[in-house]
Amino acid sequence: MASLFNKFRSLEETRAGLVAGSGVDPFHVVVERVVSATEAIINGRKVIMAGTNNYLGLTFDPECVAAACRAVSEEGTGTTGSRMANGSYAAHVALENELAAFFNCPAAIVFSTGYIANLAILSTLTGAEDVILLDADCHASIYDGTRLGSAQVIRFQHNNPADLEKRLQRLGDRAGNTLVVVEGIYSMLGDRAPLREIVDIKNRYGASLLVDEAHSLGVLGEQGRGLAEELGVESGVDFITGTFSKSLGSIGGFCVSCWPQLETVRYAMRPYIFTASSSPSLIASTRKALEILSRSSALRKKLWDNATQLYQGLAAMGFELGPEISPVIAVRLPATVGETTALWNELLSQGIYVNLVLPPATPGGKPLLRCSLSAAHSQVQIKAILDAFSLFTEKLQTTA
Amino acid sequence: MRSKEAILDQLYVLIRPYAREPIELCAETGLINEVGLDSVKVMELMTQIEDHFDISVPLNILPRVNSLGDLAEQLQQLLQDS
Repeated sequence: MASLFNKFRSLEETRAGLVAGSGVDPFHVVVERVVSATEAIINGRKVIMAGTNNYLGLTFDPECVAAACRAVSEEGTGTTGSRMANGSYAAHVALENELAAFFNCPAAIVFSTGYIANLAILSTLTGAEDVILLDADCHASIYDGTRLGSAQVIRFQHNNPADLEKRLQRLGDRAGNTLVVVEGIYSMLGDRAPLREIVDIKNRYGASLLVDEAHSLGVLGEQGRGLAEELGVESGVDFITGTFSKSLGSIGGFCVSCWPQLETVRYAMRPYIFTASSSPSLIASTRKALEILSRSSALRKKLWDNATQLYQGLAAMGFELGPEISPVIAVRLPATVGETTALWNELLSQGIYVNLVLPPATPGGKPLLRCSLSAAHSQVQIKAILDAFSLFTEKLQTTA
Repeated sequence: MRSKEAILDQLYVLIRPYAREPIELCAETGLINEVGLDSVKVMELMTQIEDHFDISVPLNILPRVNSLGDLAEQLQQLLQDS
């Protein structure tokens, strides 16, 4: 029995090393109490949460909270099963109709999480005779979806349209059976896909295109539909996946498509069929959040003001950041994993929570301190984040 | 069609800089446990191999690759199909 765990020994040693070096386990932080969309109590102290992807700050929006409370009172705490077996609640179908209308698409499917949305679509849409060409920096849910399916999987260099074209060219006749997969905003560095160029290439080769707008829904575009809307190339995108757990402040995922045939795929997706459906309260708050996102761009504007302020402030201090201003702001450090963990811990002790991201999950193999901004952050909070980072600019220079 | 040996000779050149410590490379050398590649290094190496041979290497082949010889066989097949 113990031998089953032998393969985790190196993981255990790495974790023990991190804890020994910094005195905390950075991957087991307990949020003792959530105070607001941007504050929580950790280790008995109030902390500014600057790593939650709560882009529009809707987790405590009174309308969303009221909708969730009403749903839990009227429809109960859970659905206790899958939609195929137990039936869809009217609200699941209503949300799908609302998403279809929001994206101007004929087909929409709601999933229990964003991870499951990618797992289901990537594993089912393509078969053994097809090819998936994905950006090397795609999220783990996309990679995992391809592993569950049977298509041939090829990576192209991150944000490199020329490399994508080279690989489509190599595929010859199979290019028409290829699904290209990219993200609107990449979660590690906050950079965007060069979607205009990618749409042009996929059109010329007759391939299909899926864009994961997980981090760009509610963040980019006049109406908040994401990068494809922002760049005016929605008609060139075949499938959009996304999550409810960032801008929409709840849990769940979706896929919309200009192809009505997506509706049939619903009945073939194992991660859809064999998972319990989202609870009534989650669906209710998501619907309300989508309505709020649709009716005003004020939160989006506030988010970008905050992101610009933090990005420019950190850049002025000399930190190496992602290539463009984004609500995801990754600080790339010239430091070892141990040193970065210690700095992450120091930030926490200054009352700032950010994400510690370590290799191999990081592009370029460098550790990151990743911030994500919210429309709910105040000017005072942004200044506090900048002040905390400024305390160790000197330290970083000495470790460089 | 390129021989497995010819592909191996080119692989030795590409892989040698990745070795954790100087080792004698042969068809039986394990990429993970002997060369010492981690998941990031494997992907870096694959990119280099793709550029060198001007092919796309599907991720699907990786579970079938333990040794340099396994890799050479997979590349031989890909080169034949391309």
